[in-house]
Amino acid sequence: MLSPLGNDVDSSWEGILAGRSGITEIDRFDTTGYSTRIGGSIKNLDMESHLSTKDARKLDAFIHYGLIAAQQAVDASGLEGYAGLDRERVGVAIGSGIGGLEYMEKNIINMEKSGPRKVSPFFVPASIINMISGNVAIRFGYQGPNIAIVTACTTGTHNIGYAARTIAYGDADVMLAGGSEMATTRSSIAAFSAARALSTRNEQPEKASRPWDSDRDGFVLSDGAGVVVLEELEHAKSRGATIHGEVIGFGMSDDAFHITSPPASGEGAARSMKNAMRDAGLDLDAVDYINAHGTSTQVGDVAEVAAVKSVFAEHAYKLSISSTKSMTGHLLGAAGAVEAIFSVLSIRDGVLPPTINLEEPAEGCDLDFVAGKSRKADIRVVLSNSFGFGGTNGTLIFQRYED
Amino acid sequence: MSTVEERVKKIVCEQLGVKESEVQNTSSFVEDLGADSLDTVELVMALEEEFETEIPDEEAEKLASVQDAIDYIVAHT
Repeated sequence: MLSPLGNDVDSSWEGILAGRSGITEIDRFDTTGYSTRIGGSIKNLDMESHLSTKDARKLDAFIHYGLIAAQQAVDASGLEGYAGLDRERVGVAIGSGIGGLEYMEKNIINMEKSGPRKVSPFFVPASIINMISGNVAIRFGYQGPNIAIVTACTTGTHNIGYAARTIAYGDADVMLAGGSEMATTRSSIAAFSAARALSTRNEQPEKASRPWDSDRDGFVLSDGAGVVVLEELEHAKSRGATIHGEVIGFGMSDDAFHITSPPASGEGAARSMKNAMRDAGLDLDAVDYINAHGTSTQVGDVAEVAAVKSVFAEHAYKLSISSTKSMTGHLLGAAGAVEAIFSVLSIRDGVLPPTINLEEPAEGCDLDFVAGKSRKADIRVVLSNSFGFGGTNGTLIFQRYED
Repeated sequence: MSTVEERVKKIVCEQLGVKESEVQNTSSFVEDLGADSLDTVELVMALEEEFETEIPDEEAEKLASVQDAIDYIVAHT
Protein backbone atom coordinates (compact mmCIF):
# COMPACT_ATOMS: atom_id res chain seq x y z
CA MET A 1 0.00 0.00 0.00
CA LEU A 2 1.01 3.53 -0.75
CA SER A 3 -1.11 6.21 0.88
CA PRO A 4 -0.80 9.83 1.98
CA LEU A 5 -0.14 8.38 5.45
CA GLY A 6 2.81 6.21 4.48
CA ASN A 7 4.50 4.18 1.78
CA ASP A 8 3.57 0.77 3.13
CA VAL A 9 0.78 -0.97 5.04
CA ASP A 10 2.36 -0.65 8.48
CA SER A 11 3.04 3.09 8.36
CA SER A 12 -0.37 3.83 6.80
CA TRP A 13 -2.17 1.76 9.43
CA GLU A 14 -0.15 3.37 12.19
CA GLY A 15 -1.31 6.77 10.84
CA ILE A 16 -4.92 5.61 10.83
CA LEU A 17 -4.79 4.34 14.41
CA ALA A 18 -3.17 7.59 15.53
CA GLY A 19 -5.92 9.59 13.80
CA ARG A 20 -3.39 11.47 11.69
CA SER A 21 -4.30 13.40 8.54
CA GLY A 22 -2.19 12.85 5.41
CA ILE A 23 -3.53 15.92 3.63
CA THR A 24 -1.08 18.67 2.72
CA GLU A 25 -0.54 21.40 0.14
CA ILE A 26 -0.11 20.08 -3.38
CA ASP A 27 3.47 20.63 -4.59
CA ARG A 28 3.40 18.55 -7.79
CA PHE A 29 2.42 21.57 -9.86
CA ASP A 30 1.92 25.31 -9.44
CA THR A 31 -1.53 25.68 -7.87
CA THR A 32 -1.77 29.44 -8.39
CA GLY A 33 -5.29 30.26 -9.51
CA TYR A 34 -6.78 27.01 -8.23
CA SER A 35 -9.66 27.13 -5.75
CA THR A 36 -8.35 23.87 -4.23
CA ARG A 37 -4.63 23.71 -3.46
CA ILE A 38 -4.55 20.72 -1.12
CA GLY A 39 -4.49 16.97 -1.60
CA GLY A 40 -3.16 13.69 -0.31
CA SER A 41 0.17 13.07 -2.00
CA ILE A 42 2.65 10.23 -1.83
CA LYS A 43 5.71 11.58 -0.06
CA ASN A 44 9.38 10.58 0.01
CA LEU A 45 8.96 7.59 -2.28
CA ASP A 46 12.23 5.84 -3.02
CA MET A 47 11.42 5.07 -6.64
CA GLU A 48 14.85 3.78 -7.58
CA SER A 49 14.69 0.84 -5.20
CA HIS A 50 11.57 -0.36 -7.03
CA LEU A 51 11.97 0.61 -10.68
CA SER A 52 14.89 1.40 -12.98
CA THR A 53 14.88 4.95 -14.31
CA LYS A 54 14.38 3.54 -17.80
CA ASP A 55 11.26 1.63 -16.77
CA ALA A 56 9.99 4.47 -14.62
CA ARG A 57 10.13 6.90 -17.52
CA LYS A 58 7.88 4.69 -19.64
CA LEU A 59 5.06 4.55 -17.10
CA ASP A 60 2.74 7.08 -15.57
CA ALA A 61 2.92 7.52 -11.79
CA PHE A 62 -0.35 5.61 -11.25
CA ILE A 63 1.39 2.53 -12.68
CA HIS A 64 4.49 3.15 -10.52
CA TYR A 65 2.27 3.19 -7.45
CA GLY A 66 0.32 0.11 -8.49
CA LEU A 67 3.48 -1.85 -9.26
CA ILE A 68 5.08 -0.94 -5.94
CA ALA A 69 1.94 -1.90 -4.00
CA ALA A 70 1.79 -5.19 -5.93
CA GLN A 71 5.43 -5.91 -5.13
CA GLN A 72 4.77 -5.26 -1.44
CA ALA A 73 1.74 -7.57 -1.50
CA VAL A 74 3.64 -10.37 -3.24
CA ASP A 75 6.55 -10.00 -0.80
CA ALA A 76 4.24 -10.07 2.23
CA SER A 77 2.35 -13.12 0.93
CA GLY A 78 5.42 -15.29 0.55
CA LEU A 79 4.02 -16.41 -2.80
CA GLU A 80 7.33 -16.19 -4.60
CA GLY A 81 8.92 -18.51 -2.06
CA TYR A 82 6.35 -21.24 -2.76
CA ALA A 83 7.89 -23.84 -5.03
CA GLY A 84 4.51 -25.30 -5.98
CA LEU A 85 3.17 -22.07 -7.45
CA ASP A 86 1.44 -22.64 -10.80
CA ARG A 87 1.82 -19.28 -12.52
CA GLU A 88 -0.91 -20.10 -15.03
CA ARG A 89 -3.28 -20.15 -12.06
CA VAL A 90 -2.26 -16.72 -10.74
CA GLY A 91 -4.13 -13.71 -12.08
CA VAL A 92 -4.25 -9.95 -11.65
CA ALA A 93 -7.17 -7.50 -11.31
CA ILE A 94 -5.84 -4.02 -10.53
CA GLY A 95 -7.65 -0.98 -11.87
CA SER A 96 -7.61 2.78 -11.67
CA GLY A 97 -10.36 5.34 -11.73
CA ILE A 98 -8.71 7.77 -14.10
CA GLY A 99 -5.41 6.36 -15.34
CA GLY A 100 -2.32 8.10 -16.66
CA LEU A 101 -3.56 11.64 -16.72
CA GLU A 102 -0.22 13.28 -15.96
CA TYR A 103 1.46 11.43 -18.85
CA MET A 104 -1.41 12.39 -21.13
CA GLU A 105 -1.20 16.05 -20.14
CA LYS A 106 2.53 16.13 -20.84
CA ASN A 107 2.21 14.56 -24.27
CA ILE A 108 -0.79 16.60 -25.33
CA ILE A 109 1.01 19.79 -24.34
CA ASN A 110 4.08 18.66 -26.33
CA MET A 111 1.90 17.91 -29.32
CA GLU A 112 0.19 21.28 -29.12
CA LYS A 113 3.54 23.08 -28.88
CA SER A 114 5.68 21.08 -31.29
CA GLY A 115 3.43 18.89 -33.41
CA PRO A 116 2.47 15.21 -33.60
CA ARG A 117 6.04 13.93 -33.93
CA LYS A 118 6.68 14.94 -30.31
CA VAL A 119 4.21 12.42 -28.90
CA SER A 120 6.03 9.63 -27.06
CA PRO A 121 5.72 6.07 -28.35
CA PHE A 122 5.04 5.18 -24.71
CA PHE A 123 2.05 7.51 -24.48
CA VAL A 124 -0.53 4.73 -24.78
CA PRO A 125 1.15 1.91 -22.78
CA ALA A 126 2.16 4.45 -20.11
CA SER A 127 -1.33 5.75 -19.53
CA ILE A 128 -4.02 3.14 -20.21
CA ILE A 129 -5.57 1.61 -17.15
CA ASN A 130 -4.94 -2.11 -17.64
CA MET A 131 -1.19 -1.52 -17.70
CA ILE A 132 -0.79 -2.07 -13.96
CA SER A 133 -2.23 -5.56 -14.38
CA GLY A 134 -0.15 -6.03 -17.54
CA ASN A 135 3.10 -4.91 -15.95
CA VAL A 136 2.49 -6.99 -12.82
CA ALA A 137 1.97 -10.06 -15.01
CA ILE A 138 5.20 -9.35 -16.90
CA ARG A 139 7.21 -8.71 -13.73
CA PHE A 140 6.10 -11.88 -11.92
CA GLY A 141 5.16 -14.15 -14.81
CA TYR A 142 1.56 -14.48 -13.67
CA GLN A 143 -0.21 -15.94 -16.69
CA GLY A 144 -3.76 -16.38 -15.39
CA PRO A 145 -6.78 -14.06 -15.81
CA ASN A 146 -5.67 -10.46 -16.28
CA ILE A 147 -8.15 -7.62 -16.05
CA ALA A 148 -8.59 -4.06 -14.83
CA ILE A 149 -12.10 -3.03 -13.90
CA VAL A 150 -12.71 0.71 -14.18
CA THR A 151 -15.62 2.04 -12.14
CA ALA A 152 -14.50 5.44 -10.87
CA CYS A 153 -14.35 5.48 -7.07
CA THR A 154 -15.66 1.91 -6.83
CA THR A 155 -12.73 0.52 -8.85
CA GLY A 156 -10.73 -0.99 -5.98
CA THR A 157 -13.77 -2.65 -4.42
CA HIS A 158 -15.00 -4.07 -7.72
CA ASN A 159 -11.59 -5.46 -8.63
CA ILE A 160 -11.28 -7.24 -5.28
CA GLY A 161 -14.84 -8.56 -5.48
CA TYR A 162 -14.40 -9.73 -9.03
CA ALA A 163 -11.05 -11.33 -8.20
CA ALA A 164 -12.60 -13.23 -5.29
CA ARG A 165 -15.30 -14.53 -7.65
CA THR A 166 -12.70 -15.49 -10.23
CA ILE A 167 -11.15 -17.75 -7.59
CA ALA A 168 -14.52 -19.02 -6.34
CA TYR A 169 -15.52 -19.80 -9.94
CA GLY A 170 -12.36 -21.88 -10.33
CA ASP A 171 -10.53 -19.75 -12.88
CA ALA A 172 -7.53 -19.04 -10.64
CA ASP A 173 -5.94 -20.14 -7.36
CA VAL A 174 -4.47 -16.74 -6.54
CA MET A 175 -5.40 -13.20 -7.61
CA LEU A 176 -3.59 -9.93 -7.00
CA ALA A 177 -6.34 -7.34 -6.75
CA GLY A 178 -6.81 -3.68 -6.00
CA GLY A 179 -6.49 -0.21 -7.43
CA SER A 180 -4.10 2.65 -7.93
CA GLU A 181 -4.45 6.37 -8.58
CA MET A 182 -2.34 9.45 -9.21
CA ALA A 183 -4.91 12.01 -10.22
CA THR A 184 -3.80 15.11 -8.33
CA THR A 185 -2.73 16.64 -11.64
CA ARG A 186 -3.43 20.12 -12.87
CA SER A 187 -6.27 19.15 -15.22
CA SER A 188 -7.89 16.81 -12.73
CA ILE A 189 -7.85 19.25 -9.81
CA ALA A 190 -9.23 21.89 -12.19
CA ALA A 191 -11.98 19.54 -13.35
CA PHE A 192 -13.07 18.29 -9.92
CA SER A 193 -12.98 21.91 -8.73
CA ALA A 194 -15.20 22.97 -11.62
CA ALA A 195 -17.63 20.26 -10.55
CA ARG A 196 -17.58 21.82 -7.03
CA ALA A 197 -16.61 18.42 -5.63
CA LEU A 198 -13.46 19.37 -3.70
CA SER A 199 -12.93 20.92 -0.30
CA THR A 200 -11.44 24.41 -0.52
CA ARG A 201 -10.24 24.45 3.09
CA ASN A 202 -6.75 25.35 1.85
CA GLU A 203 -5.61 27.02 5.06
CA GLN A 204 -6.28 23.89 7.15
CA PRO A 205 -5.42 20.88 4.98
CA GLU A 206 -5.53 18.41 7.87
CA LYS A 207 -9.08 19.51 8.71
CA ALA A 208 -10.40 19.45 5.14
CA SER A 209 -11.70 15.88 4.98
CA ARG A 210 -14.49 15.77 7.57
CA PRO A 211 -17.11 13.15 6.76
CA TRP A 212 -20.54 13.68 8.37
CA ASP A 213 -19.44 16.95 9.98
CA SER A 214 -21.84 19.84 9.51
CA ASP A 215 -18.93 21.98 8.28
CA ARG A 216 -17.79 19.63 5.50
CA ASP A 217 -17.33 21.19 2.07
CA GLY A 218 -16.32 18.44 -0.33
CA PHE A 219 -13.77 15.67 -0.64
CA VAL A 220 -9.97 15.85 -0.78
CA LEU A 221 -8.35 14.21 -3.79
CA SER A 222 -5.55 11.80 -2.91
CA ASP A 223 -3.01 9.50 -4.53
CA GLY A 224 -1.92 6.00 -3.69
CA ALA A 225 -2.45 2.32 -4.29
CA GLY A 226 -3.66 -0.78 -2.53
CA VAL A 227 -3.12 -4.36 -3.63
CA VAL A 228 -4.16 -7.54 -1.82
CA VAL A 229 -3.35 -11.18 -2.48
CA LEU A 230 -6.52 -13.28 -2.60
CA GLU A 231 -6.11 -16.99 -2.49
CA GLU A 232 -8.27 -20.09 -2.58
CA LEU A 233 -8.49 -21.27 1.04
CA GLU A 234 -7.03 -24.76 0.60
CA HIS A 235 -4.26 -23.36 -1.59
CA ALA A 236 -3.37 -20.82 1.11
CA LYS A 237 -3.48 -23.44 3.87
CA SER A 238 -1.43 -25.97 1.95
CA ARG A 239 1.46 -23.56 1.53
CA GLY A 240 1.21 -22.31 5.11
CA ALA A 241 0.25 -18.75 4.18
CA THR A 242 -0.69 -16.20 6.84
CA ILE A 243 -4.44 -15.69 6.40
CA HIS A 244 -5.43 -12.18 7.46
CA GLY A 245 -9.15 -12.59 6.79
CA GLU A 246 -11.74 -14.04 4.46
CA VAL A 247 -13.77 -12.36 1.72
CA ILE A 248 -17.25 -13.70 2.42
CA GLY A 249 -19.51 -11.31 0.51
CA PHE A 250 -19.57 -9.07 -2.53
CA GLY A 251 -22.43 -6.99 -3.85
CA MET A 252 -22.95 -4.43 -6.60
CA SER A 253 -25.68 -2.12 -7.83
CA ASP A 254 -26.27 1.16 -9.60
CA ASP A 255 -28.26 4.20 -8.53
CA ALA A 256 -29.61 4.65 -12.08
CA PHE A 257 -30.10 8.26 -11.04
CA HIS A 258 -27.46 10.91 -11.87
CA ILE A 259 -23.93 10.98 -13.29
CA THR A 260 -22.24 12.32 -10.15
CA SER A 261 -24.79 12.48 -7.30
CA PRO A 262 -26.54 9.70 -5.39
CA PRO A 263 -30.22 9.97 -4.46
CA ALA A 264 -30.66 11.34 -0.92
CA SER A 265 -32.32 8.07 0.09
CA GLY A 266 -29.11 6.15 -0.62
CA GLU A 267 -31.23 3.40 -2.15
CA GLY A 268 -28.55 2.34 -4.64
CA ALA A 269 -26.00 2.05 -1.84
CA ALA A 270 -28.54 0.08 0.18
CA ARG A 271 -29.06 -2.38 -2.68
CA SER A 272 -25.31 -2.90 -2.92
CA MET A 273 -25.05 -3.67 0.81
CA LYS A 274 -28.09 -5.98 0.66
CA ASN A 275 -26.60 -7.86 -2.26
CA ALA A 276 -23.35 -8.33 -0.38
CA MET A 277 -25.19 -9.47 2.76
CA ARG A 278 -27.16 -11.99 0.72
CA ASP A 279 -23.95 -13.23 -0.89
CA ALA A 280 -22.38 -13.64 2.56
CA GLY A 281 -25.50 -15.31 3.97
CA LEU A 282 -25.26 -13.26 7.16
CA ASP A 283 -27.83 -12.01 9.61
CA LEU A 284 -27.87 -8.21 9.90
CA ASP A 285 -26.57 -8.25 13.46
CA ALA A 286 -23.42 -10.12 12.41
CA VAL A 287 -21.84 -6.91 11.06
CA ASP A 288 -19.62 -5.22 13.65
CA TYR A 289 -18.06 -2.43 11.64
CA ILE A 290 -18.64 -0.58 8.37
CA ASN A 291 -15.74 1.09 6.63
CA ALA A 292 -17.83 3.72 4.89
CA HIS A 293 -17.38 5.34 1.52
CA GLY A 294 -17.78 8.60 3.53
CA THR A 295 -16.01 11.12 1.29
CA SER A 296 -17.01 14.35 3.08
CA THR A 297 -19.46 15.57 0.42
CA GLN A 298 -22.80 17.19 1.25
CA VAL A 299 -25.08 14.66 -0.42
CA GLY A 300 -23.01 11.48 -0.35
CA ASP A 301 -22.37 11.32 3.39
CA VAL A 302 -26.03 11.71 4.31
CA ALA A 303 -27.18 9.26 1.64
CA GLU A 304 -24.83 6.58 2.96
CA VAL A 305 -26.17 7.01 6.49
CA ALA A 306 -29.72 6.71 5.15
CA ALA A 307 -28.69 3.56 3.29
CA VAL A 308 -27.11 1.98 6.36
CA LYS A 309 -30.24 2.72 8.40
CA SER A 310 -32.50 1.27 5.73
CA VAL A 311 -30.46 -1.94 5.46
CA PHE A 312 -29.60 -2.54 9.11
CA ALA A 313 -32.65 -1.02 10.83
CA GLU A 314 -32.08 -1.08 14.63
CA HIS A 315 -28.70 -2.72 14.25
CA ALA A 316 -27.45 0.44 12.47
CA TYR A 317 -27.27 2.04 15.93
CA LYS A 318 -25.31 -0.86 17.40
CA LEU A 319 -22.61 -1.33 14.80
CA SER A 320 -19.76 1.14 14.32
CA ILE A 321 -19.11 2.99 11.10
CA SER A 322 -16.16 5.21 10.24
CA SER A 323 -14.49 6.87 7.30
CA THR A 324 -10.75 6.40 6.95
CA LYS A 325 -10.98 9.00 4.16
CA SER A 326 -11.08 11.58 6.97
CA MET A 327 -7.35 10.80 7.23
CA THR A 328 -6.31 9.58 3.79
CA GLY A 329 -8.56 11.76 1.64
CA HIS A 330 -10.22 10.13 -1.34
CA LEU A 331 -7.97 7.85 -3.39
CA LEU A 332 -10.64 7.38 -6.09
CA GLY A 333 -9.88 4.07 -7.82
CA ALA A 334 -7.49 3.04 -5.05
CA ALA A 335 -9.89 3.93 -2.22
CA GLY A 336 -11.74 0.61 -2.06
CA ALA A 337 -8.45 -1.27 -2.09
CA VAL A 338 -6.73 0.61 0.73
CA GLU A 339 -9.98 0.49 2.69
CA ALA A 340 -10.26 -3.27 2.18
CA ILE A 341 -6.82 -3.53 3.79
CA PHE A 342 -7.83 -1.25 6.68
CA SER A 343 -11.00 -3.33 7.13
CA VAL A 344 -9.06 -6.57 7.44
CA LEU A 345 -6.52 -4.96 9.78
CA SER A 346 -9.34 -3.72 12.01
CA ILE A 347 -10.38 -7.38 12.43
CA ARG A 348 -6.79 -8.54 12.95
CA ASP A 349 -5.95 -5.91 15.56
CA GLY A 350 -9.39 -5.59 17.17
CA VAL A 351 -9.52 -1.84 16.70
CA LEU A 352 -12.01 0.51 15.08
CA PRO A 353 -10.39 3.18 12.88
CA PRO A 354 -11.62 6.67 13.77
CA THR A 355 -13.39 9.36 11.78
CA ILE A 356 -11.33 12.47 12.46
CA ASN A 357 -12.56 16.07 12.13
CA LEU A 358 -16.09 15.02 13.06
CA GLU A 359 -16.81 17.82 15.53
CA GLU A 360 -20.46 18.65 14.95
CA PRO A 361 -22.37 15.81 13.25
CA ALA A 362 -24.69 16.95 10.48
CA GLU A 363 -28.43 16.52 10.79
CA GLY A 364 -29.47 12.88 10.66
CA CYS A 365 -25.88 11.69 11.17
CA ASP A 366 -26.45 9.99 14.51
CA LEU A 367 -24.62 6.66 14.24
CA ASP A 368 -21.46 5.61 16.07
CA PHE A 369 -18.88 7.15 13.74
CA VAL A 370 -15.91 6.40 16.06
CA ALA A 371 -15.38 10.16 16.16
CA GLY A 372 -11.91 11.47 16.90
CA LYS A 373 -10.03 8.43 18.22
CA SER A 374 -9.58 4.77 17.31
CA ARG A 375 -11.13 2.35 19.77
CA LYS A 376 -10.56 -1.26 20.81
CA ALA A 377 -13.38 -3.63 19.88
CA ASP A 378 -13.93 -7.29 19.16
CA ILE A 379 -14.51 -7.24 15.40
CA ARG A 380 -15.47 -10.37 13.51
CA VAL A 381 -17.25 -9.04 10.41
CA VAL A 382 -16.56 -5.82 8.48
CA LEU A 383 -18.42 -4.37 5.54
CA SER A 384 -16.68 -1.92 3.20
CA ASN A 385 -18.52 0.40 0.81
CA SER A 386 -17.46 2.24 -2.33
CA PHE A 387 -19.65 4.39 -4.55
CA GLY A 388 -18.64 6.07 -7.80
CA PHE A 389 -19.57 8.44 -10.60
CA GLY A 390 -22.09 6.79 -12.86
CA GLY A 391 -23.97 5.70 -9.76
CA THR A 392 -21.91 2.53 -9.49
CA ASN A 393 -21.81 0.88 -6.05
CA GLY A 394 -19.79 -1.95 -4.57
CA THR A 395 -19.69 -3.61 -1.16
CA LEU A 396 -17.26 -6.16 0.23
CA ILE A 397 -17.69 -8.16 3.43
CA PHE A 398 -14.69 -9.55 5.30
CA GLN A 399 -14.68 -12.03 8.17
CA ARG A 400 -12.10 -13.05 10.71
CA TYR A 401 -10.51 -16.30 9.64
CA GLU A 402 -11.00 -19.09 12.14
CA ASP A 403 -9.45 -22.42 11.36
CA MET B 1 31.51 22.02 -25.70
CA SER B 2 31.06 18.25 -25.85
CA THR B 3 31.60 16.46 -29.13
CA VAL B 4 28.72 14.94 -31.10
CA GLU B 5 29.93 11.51 -30.01
CA GLU B 6 29.81 12.44 -26.34
CA ARG B 7 26.39 14.00 -26.64
CA VAL B 8 24.97 11.03 -28.53
CA LYS B 9 26.34 8.59 -25.97
CA LYS B 10 24.95 10.65 -23.11
CA ILE B 11 21.45 10.50 -24.63
CA VAL B 12 21.77 6.77 -25.31
CA CYS B 13 22.63 6.23 -21.65
CA GLU B 14 19.72 8.32 -20.44
CA GLN B 15 17.15 6.86 -22.80
CA LEU B 16 18.12 3.22 -22.55
CA GLY B 17 19.14 3.23 -18.90
CA VAL B 18 22.62 1.84 -19.56
CA LYS B 19 26.01 2.81 -18.12
CA GLU B 20 28.48 4.86 -20.13
CA SER B 21 30.99 2.00 -19.98
CA GLU B 22 28.52 -0.29 -21.76
CA VAL B 23 28.13 2.04 -24.74
CA GLN B 24 30.63 1.48 -27.56
CA ASN B 25 30.47 3.12 -30.97
CA THR B 26 29.71 -0.28 -32.46
CA SER B 27 26.93 -1.04 -29.95
CA SER B 28 23.61 -1.95 -31.54
CA PHE B 29 20.66 -0.35 -29.76
CA VAL B 30 18.57 -3.51 -29.92
CA GLU B 31 21.17 -6.29 -29.83
CA ASP B 32 23.62 -4.84 -27.31
CA LEU B 33 21.78 -2.19 -25.32
CA GLY B 34 18.42 -3.89 -24.77
CA ALA B 35 16.21 -1.44 -26.64
CA ASP B 36 12.84 -2.50 -28.04
CA SER B 37 11.06 -0.90 -30.99
CA LEU B 38 9.41 1.75 -28.81
CA ASP B 39 12.69 2.62 -27.09
CA THR B 40 14.37 3.30 -30.45
CA VAL B 41 11.55 5.65 -31.48
CA GLU B 42 11.94 7.64 -28.30
CA LEU B 43 15.72 7.63 -28.62
CA VAL B 44 15.42 9.24 -32.04
CA MET B 45 13.05 11.85 -30.59
CA ALA B 46 15.62 12.66 -27.92
CA LEU B 47 18.36 13.00 -30.55
CA GLU B 48 16.15 15.33 -32.58
CA GLU B 49 15.64 17.50 -29.55
CA GLU B 50 19.30 17.57 -28.52
CA PHE B 51 20.55 18.46 -32.00
CA GLU B 52 17.57 20.56 -33.04
CA THR B 53 17.01 18.59 -36.18
CA GLU B 54 14.31 16.42 -37.67
CA ILE B 55 15.16 12.85 -38.59
CA PRO B 56 12.67 11.48 -41.17
CA ASP B 57 11.16 8.11 -40.26
CA GLU B 58 12.82 6.30 -43.18
CA GLU B 59 16.22 7.59 -42.01
CA ALA B 60 15.47 6.89 -38.38
CA GLU B 61 14.78 3.23 -39.15
CA LYS B 62 18.33 2.86 -40.49
CA LEU B 63 19.94 4.07 -37.24
CA ALA B 64 20.80 0.74 -35.66
CA SER B 65 23.99 1.56 -33.78
CA VAL B 66 25.63 4.36 -31.85
CA GLN B 67 27.98 5.01 -34.79
CA ASP B 68 25.00 5.22 -37.21
CA ALA B 69 23.51 7.95 -35.04
CA ILE B 70 26.79 9.86 -34.77
CA ASP B 71 27.32 9.70 -38.53
CA TYR B 72 23.81 10.88 -39.25
CA ILE B 73 24.07 13.83 -36.87
CA VAL B 74 27.50 14.86 -38.20
CA ALA B 75 26.23 14.73 -41.79
CA HIS B 76 22.98 16.57 -41.16
CA THR B 77 23.68 19.29 -38.62
